[in-house]
Amino acid sequence: MEDIRLALVVLIPLIGAVVSYALGRAAPKVAGMFATAAVGASFAVVISLWRALEGGQTFSFTLSSWMSFADIRLPLEIYFDKLSAVMCLVVTGVGSLIHLYSIGYMAEDESRPRFFSYLNLFIAAMLILVLGKSLPVIFIGWEGVGLCSYLLIGFWYTNPEFASAGRKAFVMNRIGDLGFLVAMAILYHACGTLDITVLSRPEVLARIPSEMGFVAGIALFLAATGKSAQLPLFTWLPDAMAGPTPVSALIHAATMVTAGIYLMARMFGVIELDPMVPAIILWTAFATSAIAAIIAISQNDIKKVLAYSTVSQLGFMFLAVGVGAYSVALFHVVTHAFFKACLFMSAGSVIHGCHHEQDMRRMGGLAKAMPLTCLSYGAATLAIAGIAPFAGYFSKHAILESLAHAHNPYLLAYGGLIGVGATAIAICTAFYMTRSFILTFLGSYRGEGHPHEAPMVMTAPVMVLAVLSVTGGLVLNHGFFTYLQGPLPPVAEHAGGGILGYILGSVPGALGIAAAYVLLVIAPAAKEQVRKVLWLGEKLSAGKFFVDELLGVFVIAPTRTLSGVVSRVLDQSVSIGTGNAIGSISRAIGELTCRVTTGQVSTYVLWMFASAALLLYCFLPVR
Amino acid sequence: MDPITSYLGIACLLFVIGGIGICLRRNAIVLFMCVEMMLNAVNLAFVAFSKIHGNLDGQIAVFFVMVIAAAESAIGLAIILSVFRSVASIETTDAAELKW
Repeated sequence: MEDIRLALVVLIPLIGAVVSYALGRAAPKVAGMFATAAVGASFAVVISLWRALEGGQTFSFTLSSWMSFADIRLPLEIYFDKLSAVMCLVVTGVGSLIHLYSIGYMAEDESRPRFFSYLNLFIAAMLILVLGKSLPVIFIGWEGVGLCSYLLIGFWYTNPEFASAGRKAFVMNRIGDLGFLVAMAILYHACGTLDITVLSRPEVLARIPSEMGFVAGIALFLAATGKSAQLPLFTWLPDAMAGPTPVSALIHAATMVTAGIYLMARMFGVIELDPMVPAIILWTAFATSAIAAIIAISQNDIKKVLAYSTVSQLGFMFLAVGVGAYSVALFHVVTHAFFKACLFMSAGSVIHGCHHEQDMRRMGGLAKAMPLTCLSYGAATLAIAGIAPFAGYFSKHAILESLAHAHNPYLLAYGGLIGVGATAIAICTAFYMTRSFILTFLGSYRGEGHPHEAPMVMTAPVMVLAVLSVTGGLVLNHGFFTYLQGPLPPVAEHAGGGILGYILGSVPGALGIAAAYVLLVIAPAAKEQVRKVLWLGEKLSAGKFFVDELLGVFVIAPTRTLSGVVSRVLDQSVSIGTGNAIGSISRAIGELTCRVTTGQVSTYVLWMFASAALLLYCFLPVR
Repeated sequence: MDPITSYLGIACLLFVIGGIGICLRRNAIVLFMCVEMMLNAVNLAFVAFSKIHGNLDGQIAVFFVMVIAAAESAIGLAIILSVFRSVASIETTDAAELKW
């Protein structure tokens, strides 16, 4: 069904991006309010669309015809079904809260108009990503969010380190994008269409030859690893913390990084063509999640902890993707958006309150100075730790349970191993999050100056997200999976109910919290002993598993050598040689022919007469 | 010789004289006069042909040529004037900078 409101959803933030910049040049204060209003309006439209969505109904709208030649027709069409609805609600809902928060966070920054303009542009691009009806349209959004991410990570571009973090994110994302392009090429070649509604039909997917199916699935997953920070392309995400904190909350926690999971869920038919692909996804996700969780333990920068935690949680979502429980993955996307945005924004308030200090070793005791922030950070910590009845409990529990039901011929007996490993990761998560909470809010203040609570415009959205982190899971748990059963395959109904179930399910989280509390508060002396026992783990954790270094040795160095050779052999001798030869030949010809122009009118006239005579002689029909 | 053909002969003669004048003379005003002469030679040919073929198209074309000649003299004189201002001469050999 055509619906003009769908166009509004995308166009309002897009217009907001332009207008808030233009307005902001004149009055910087207005920029933030206008941008927030734009996203809020978009959110309102999304809600009205979502309410209108009944049964298996979908909306679509053609913005323009974009490309049309020969028998290729590629309309710029957007499409709204239950899956897009969930993503749109998260993007615009959490997005508008973060916009509101940014008004306070960026209040003293001089280039606010630019910031809010980018932020609105990001929302528009993200909406195109989740609303696109064909892969090329999704790709526009995919590239758009990548661009905005680059622009916002390097927002304070005068700092060369920040600027290069932006570049790193962009380049790593490009590697993933290559996978997207390859997948599109294969799917178009085999199926003759890139329309996602057509590509989800089994009879269309059956046209893909089996070996191509494997390549297409892996290529799509490569795209997802770039955008959603999985091994081996995850190192850009921690570096992306160079951007302003609201950006980290919006792009690098709640929305953009979940685009990979959205893509997997959208194209699940392609992913499942070859059972090898889900197996690879599962193992990659597991490795990423474990590595990131271990690294997070030894981080001292509050934003870095959250960044690695995001990588780890994204790994959790991919675990669900790997076992085919896409709606469970989406559920974790939603709850993660709540609690991780809340965590990032609380961290932002802390950084703001501590005069731009990010090192947790120079914080502590902030519970007294910033009670509201402490409360929300605490609630979100319990949520991410997976304590019932907080939001994270339900989604994590659903993931662990779907792992238990995994059946994949390539997993053999290792399915259970992954389940146990994932539980260990959950303990780890609770541990490092509690550690960050204790270092930041408990004990006594170790920094300089006087920390202060953030203004109302910042605490209010954080509190809203804190409430969502507490209740979101409980509310959504019933009905979320059945709601998504249209566009996504059904998942096994999980038991999980009852007080006893809640208590048992919270055990891993509680263990992690208890361990952190014991080691950091009750018996700090024991910490050294634990360190000695786990020296290898500590080395790996502190060195961030040397992923950057490994990439440096195995990818960047060979590429450098290759480009060096290419530069010397191909470029300098062949290309430059040929170029120079062509250049000197034309130069010689020029030297000769320029003698014709003497500057004397009579010469020119003579040439003119002579040529006119010649032309007449050649072309005048002589009778 | 047919009287009308002789008009064509005169037109041809005027045209060639004008062309040779442009090639040989250096004074911009004289060049200008040569151009006018060539244009009028063409006009004469137009009228002659108009008479031969017995229709008025050629004579109409003459009016166009006259208008263009008027416009050309207006612009041309202005150019000569500004050339004179910058190089203090109207000899074309003195204004020969524009080359390689």
